[in-house]
Amino acid sequence: MLDYPTLKIIWWLLVGVLLVGFAVMDGHDMGVGTLLPFVGRNDLERRVVINTVGPHWDGNQVWFITGGGAIFAAWPLVYATAFSGFYWAMLAVLWALFFRPVGFDYRSKIHDATWRSTWDWGLFIGGAVPPLIFGVAFGNLLQGVPFGFDDSLVSTYTGSFWQLLNPFALLAGVVSSAMITFHGAVYLAHRTEGIIQQRARRAGLWAGILMLVAFSVAGLWLARSIPGYVITSLVDPAALSNPMAKTVTREAGAWFANYHKAPLTLLVPALAYAGALLAMALLSLGRTGWAFVASSVAIAGIIGTAGVAMFPFVMPSSSMPNASLTVWDSVSSKGTLGIMLVATLIFVPIIIFYTAWAYRVMAGKVTAAYVQKNDHSAY
Amino acid sequence: MISEQLVDLSRLQFAVTALYHFLFVPLTLGMVWILVVMESVYVMTGKAVYKDMTRFWGKLFGINFALGVTTGITMEFQFGTNWAYYSHYVGDIFGAPLAIEGLMAFFLESTFIGLFFFGWDRLSRPKHLMVTLLMAVGTNLSALWILIANGWMQNPVGAEFNYTTMRMELVDFWAMLFNPDAQAKFVHTVSAGYVTASTFVLSISAWYLLKGQDVEFAKRSFRVASAFGLASVLSVIVLGDESGYTVGEAQQTKLAAMEAMWETEPAPASFNLVASPNEAAGKNNWAVEIPWVMGLIGTRSTTREIPGIHQIKDKNRIRILSGMQAVQALEQLRRNPQDAAAKQNFEAHKADLGFGLLLKKYVVHMDEVTPGILQKAVDDTIPRVTPMFWGFRAMVGLAALLLALFVTAFIGTLQTRCEDMRWLLKWALWMLPAPWLACELGWFVAEYGRQPWTIYGVLPTHLSVSTLTPGNLYGSLAGFVGFYTLLLVVEMYLMVKFARLGPGSLGTGRYRNEPSTTHPVAA
Ligand code: HDD
Ligand code: HEM
Ligand code: HEM
Repeated sequence: MLDYPTLKIIWWLLVGVLLVGFAVMDGHDMGVGTLLPFVGRNDLERRVVINTVGPHWDGNQVWFITGGGAIFAAWPLVYATAFSGFYWAMLAVLWALFFRPVGFDYRSKIHDATWRSTWDWGLFIGGAVPPLIFGVAFGNLLQGVPFGFDDSLVSTYTGSFWQLLNPFALLAGVVSSAMITFHGAVYLAHRTEGIIQQRARRAGLWAGILMLVAFSVAGLWLARSIPGYVITSLVDPAALSNPMAKTVTREAGAWFANYHKAPLTLLVPALAYAGALLAMALLSLGRTGWAFVASSVAIAGIIGTAGVAMFPFVMPSSSMPNASLTVWDSVSSKGTLGIMLVATLIFVPIIIFYTAWAYRVMAGKVTAAYVQKNDHSAY
Repeated sequence: MISEQLVDLSRLQFAVTALYHFLFVPLTLGMVWILVVMESVYVMTGKAVYKDMTRFWGKLFGINFALGVTTGITMEFQFGTNWAYYSHYVGDIFGAPLAIEGLMAFFLESTFIGLFFFGWDRLSRPKHLMVTLLMAVGTNLSALWILIANGWMQNPVGAEFNYTTMRMELVDFWAMLFNPDAQAKFVHTVSAGYVTASTFVLSISAWYLLKGQDVEFAKRSFRVASAFGLASVLSVIVLGDESGYTVGEAQQTKLAAMEAMWETEPAPASFNLVASPNEAAGKNNWAVEIPWVMGLIGTRSTTREIPGIHQIKDKNRIRILSGMQAVQALEQLRRNPQDAAAKQNFEAHKADLGFGLLLKKYVVHMDEVTPGILQKAVDDTIPRVTPMFWGFRAMVGLAALLLALFVTAFIGTLQTRCEDMRWLLKWALWMLPAPWLACELGWFVAEYGRQPWTIYGVLPTHLSVSTLTPGNLYGSLAGFVGFYTLLLVVEMYLMVKFARLGPGSLGTGRYRNEPSTTHPVAA
């Protein structure tokens, strides 16, 4: 049997894997949604764009749902504190997501220009808003969030919604938006041809550049003027989960301590750059399939960079630093972590297997001719 | 202290969004199997009409499914956004089935629904049937896991409170998995879904038959629906009885409220067919009783007693007093975990901790409790009787009507030309809303009857909420109501439009209302 500290670390990695899975899978159809009104200039073109993700968006979205479920199961206090603290931000994500299932399914059922373009903008909102907000949320996590606990561990968020929209967080939002748009553009280029492919490729290159610039600026900003958090008391990784049992201070440069301590971790940001540059090169060469792999690596690198910087913190508190949530003290019991690990190890490979099969069945370019031929069954 | 307004608004929001989610869930749960049946016949016989049936009913199913997914995401978020303390307090147990539901069920249904709609030309017939089947298995597994989660809230087995982490923790995963409450709920709820889908297909087919539209298509659909519906309605009734039994075992307050049983009767108790409950006086003004029946349903024996409301309250008073000690000991332990006396006291009264927490609705510290407050907390332990009593009877009444309909329809399809039995067709059409009504009533009984607890006997509802302001709740509730109303209008518009068009909307060239070339109706 694995011991409790190991399980805690494994779950930090697994939540990371699920987040990356979400960004890679749901990310590419959200990116396609973001690009939809711009790369599709008429109804037929837009239907081509939509049908590149038509059969898959719902399965992809489950990465998001399961990510939420996994955080609930593995880090209940994080789930509770983050979702209630970011109340309006979460509702904005939720309401934006409302447009997707109905947008995809209802859009082409009625032959009316206004109806269809309304849903197209709905799909745009559903694709563009969630990544933006998640980026902003990450930007706030890096700065610390104002919340605290009382004696019975009731959490209270003491900030306001507007406070979340500070400059650094908005920059993190740009990183995230550009990343998802880039990834979506790569996917779109892979599944289309002709003019749509050209537009997707152009959009992808711009988004890729924006992503790299914003990511670099955010890194510099973080290094220069955003203090990180450190645990100052002794950490017992095997201790029962209780976020109030430690002391924490803010310290300049603390978010870079892990990179100093274990230089090998610098590979993670290196992957972000290498993946992104490679993806852009492959995209301009027309090797779109490999470009998709490379942009997935870039996503893993970008998310991983933030994760490594913050470890072991998950949600630091700016107003009551001792209450910060970390992988050591905001987790489920050993038994639950063990059971959930078994469930994950069984099901994730199965899921990857049949998802890959589904993509294979639907493989090939989506063309205008395909949409016209399947007028009654395509989206 | 948590404001009562906040608690009420949070409950209202949960109730509205959950009941709304469950407008779409039951149709999905049942429709998938009807599609499996229709497509199996297609694969076996090769008759095109069965493919058309699968695709046409599949199209209506898709319109419904989209809103099922939309509203489901709300549910997944809401535990965190609005029930933060609940999520902390029981997340160690409750989070697991929710996450497994995603891994095991949602991925399956959502991946294969894409292939169901888009894979017709790319998969061989048996492979496409397999896709449909996996989609059906996925949706039903999702019901299983969410009802394991919900069953645990009704009957929290396999878990224990830990005062260091200040929450409930899982001690026996299998106990949670094989919780009798969850099993009973699962089978009753999915059967309810099968009834709903059968009624849906039956009603709409009846409407085509009444209009004389696409008769061959409609007759076959009617036949499939009547057979599937008859089996399902029998199962919903038998398994509803099972639900009643498990409720009797685990939640005596709910059973007593459902049955307006104020006093413990000598076993076997009689059943109040109808009655006029008088909450203030704590008795029924009048009641039509059937001897013995209650005792048989509630205990499956002739000798065990079912406690009445007054007796349950007396027991709960004792548990609340014991729970006060647990809360006080816990507070001492939180201050000083080494306090041996507090620890001993806590262990002695731990089982009643939840009952002590009921007092937190009225006081911050246990030494502020007065006899009046104690009495209020005791009274709180019983849900209001009148809505429970009538809600339950309405569900059972609808079950009787549905049973009659499906028996008649099934016999009708066996013997005569059912397209000539216009009264039957009209009856079927008018019954369309009945299963939805029964489902919503069922959830009302199950959830309202759990009050004042979110986790029965463990965590009171008023402690479960997030620390938000009522203003936040007014805002989000308005948002949900606005969005949901809009979505419902759109959904109903499409549903009615395509139901009216009928199989002609497929554009195969075999049916009425074929779309003209200038106005193609797509997807
Ligand atoms: C008995 C069945 C049942 C019950 C009680 C619930 N659901 Fe549900 N849910 C389903 C049965 C279902 C389903 C049949 O699987 C749905 C409905 C229609 C659909 O599209 O899938 C679904 C969809 C659905 C989705 C979207 C899944 C996807 O993208 O495919 C989520 C996230 C949830 N639900 C979550 C919840 C939560 C958190 C609930 C508890 C409060 C809940 N559901 C109650
Ligand atoms: C979709 C089917 C469901 C319906 C229609 C439904 C209905 C309701 C209703 C009417 C209430 C309000 C009760 C009241 O406050 O008086 C409620 C509350 C609640 N239900 Fe359900 N419920 C459903 C499924 C679930 C499931 C599956 C869970 C958990 C897994 C759940 C958890 C809760 C919680 C946490 C509350 C809030 C606390 C409370 O008021 O008790 N519900 N639900
Ligand atoms: C004689 C017929 C029926 C009986 C005896 C019966 C009994 C019950 C009982 C006792 C509950 C509460 C379970 C709990 O609190 O945990 C319940 C809930 C429910 N009922 Fe029924 N019921 C019947 C018919 C129906 C019908 C016809 C439908 C819908 C078509 C339906 C749908 C539901 C639903 C959706 C729930 C909530 C989920 C659950 O708690 O299982 N019931 N039923």
